[in-house]
Amino acid sequence: MTVQVEVSSFTGFWNSFKRNRMGIVGLIMVIAAVAMAVLAPWIAPYDPKAPIQVTIDDIYAPPSPEHWLGTDDAGKDVLSNFIYGARVSLTVGFFASFISIVIGGVIGIVAGFYGGRTENVLMRLTDIMLVIPDLPLAVVLVALTKPSLLNIIFVIGILGWTSTARLVRSQALSVKERKFVLRARAIGASNMYIVRRHILPLVLPLMVANTVLVISLAILNESTLSFLGLSDPTTLSWGQMLNFAFTRGGMSAGAWWALVTPGFGIVWVVLGCTLLGHGLEQVLNPRLETHHLSVGAEMVARPARPPTHAVDARAIEG
Amino acid sequence: MSGYGYLLKKIGWALFTIVFVIVLNFFLFRVLPGDPARAGLRDPRLTVEAIEAIRVRFGLDKPVINCFETLNPLKLGSCTVNPMQTQFFIYVGNLLRGELGISYHTNRPVADMLIERLWNTVLLVGAGQIFAIIIGITLGLVAAWRARTAVDYAALVSSLMAWSLPTFWLGIILLFIGSRQFGLPIGGKATPGANFAGVWEEWLDTARHMILPTLTFTIVFVGEYMLIMRSTVLDVLSEDYILTAKAKGLSTFQILKDHALRNSMLPMVTIIALNLGFTVAGAIQIETVFSWPGLGQSIFEAVGRRDYPMLQGAFLLIAVSVILANLIADLLYSYLDPRVRAG
Repeated sequence: MTVQVEVSSFTGFWNSFKRNRMGIVGLIMVIAAVAMAVLAPWIAPYDPKAPIQVTIDDIYAPPSPEHWLGTDDAGKDVLSNFIYGARVSLTVGFFASFISIVIGGVIGIVAGFYGGRTENVLMRLTDIMLVIPDLPLAVVLVALTKPSLLNIIFVIGILGWTSTARLVRSQALSVKERKFVLRARAIGASNMYIVRRHILPLVLPLMVANTVLVISLAILNESTLSFLGLSDPTTLSWGQMLNFAFTRGGMSAGAWWALVTPGFGIVWVVLGCTLLGHGLEQVLNPRLETHHLSVGAEMVARPARPPTHAVDARAIEG
Repeated sequence: MSGYGYLLKKIGWALFTIVFVIVLNFFLFRVLPGDPARAGLRDPRLTVEAIEAIRVRFGLDKPVINCFETLNPLKLGSCTVNPMQTQFFIYVGNLLRGELGISYHTNRPVADMLIERLWNTVLLVGAGQIFAIIIGITLGLVAAWRARTAVDYAALVSSLMAWSLPTFWLGIILLFIGSRQFGLPIGGKATPGANFAGVWEEWLDTARHMILPTLTFTIVFVGEYMLIMRSTVLDVLSEDYILTAKAKGLSTFQILKDHALRNSMLPMVTIIALNLGFTVAGAIQIETVFSWPGLGQSIFEAVGRRDYPMLQGAFLLIAVSVILANLIADLLYSYLDPRVRAG
């Protein structure tokens, strides 16, 4: 029975999401980027790591049939670097946001569920982290540790959890007051059980939408740190490509291909994640978008069952 | 809670956060591997005596804090030393006197170097923010009013695009186009070696140098302000007093101006202040791209030169500015909306 409810709620969710045009566009953009990263060795015309013989004419060579997007400061193919760069940027984005989501999720659930002094301390900590500017702190942290991919992931991860913590906490607070949590408590369920069985499933959907947004922020942060010259110089992310092109004379050489291409990748992924995240948010947490002076189309009623019902039903049965 | 209680609570909280930042700022630089004592003294030609003299000059010969000689590598020390003779309390004491240490790179007091640059950043950020706020609020108001129409979607999509642009990349693109097509300066604050006939010419030169960085700033922040303004106005427009105003026969323009705009400005104040952290991030990137001699660029330079006192000082100044700006926004908000104090 439980399984059936889950499936129907997912189909319901998908039916709702399908009609969210921005969300679908975002999803396609993200899938395209991931596909490019995964298939890099097959679609890239050159291997960026392969040693090459370079003459002066190969440096910042404009686009040509051999090099569709020209070459960079080392005479390497920009298109191939771009395709392989997706791997680095996406990896950092995914792992860093994973760290953020876990920290934010735990802090949010603990604060929302336990309340009292625990909540006070945790939320104060969140407030402090929220007010300290991220990028300068990230710069300081990366500058003081060795600039490696792992350190960048770690630094972005431990600085990016505040929005998740606040979101999860407010959601946990409202779920905690629901009848089925009271009932579960009345029949003697432990705190851990309630969190795992009742709070988490209801908090999770919003966390997924949040994750996508956190990934986009992490990718932006990675590119910024790399551009500032704070990343491992041997791994070529999009930000690193821009750093090289900007600091090694790409500007005066007029090499627009080396300056535009990597940025286009960043915008593509970040925009895709943002559209997808907002789309998911709109479906999971619909807000009325009509008002007293409204001139646009009315908001369509959503026939899809919100995922809360599924868990409600389960709690009553169980 | 009385008005004063609220005020004191907010100020106390800001002070606590500042103390937290100071402690964090001190210990990060002692705990993490890039130990200032070694990082600044890498030159192999230095004799042992010279290194010792430099260590004494920068106070690095003293224990970090009671019980700890150094933190990385961890070395325990005497717990009975006079706290005033430890690096931590000397650092705090210096801060209270407004001293941020001496730059490894220029050998000048960090505070003096930062103050020069602070005003350049304020100038740039101020100009960019004013444009972004005015345009963002106007667009957001219109988008919310015409919600779910073509105008709204166009504004929404372009805002999301602007939000997704890496600030430094937008700067690079604008610099590329601006300097090649329109002959705008490629960076800095003034034309090097220029002899200005008067104050007016000097101002004009600065203004020309500000066009591209300000434009970058505006584009990056307009999207965000527009999105927030849009959702705030959407909330306001579904309130009952809007229906009342409409029933009274007020024109749409009057309702938007006197009811929607005014009531949406309240949340915007907080959000603009909360956004200052991002503003700082934007400033670091824009100043780096346009070689604008501000605080952000000094952070970038300090990293490259391993100038830790400068990096530490710049971070502290930026963090404290953001905390104070948030405090001011909180107080302003409670002044504009007295309900906050009661709640």
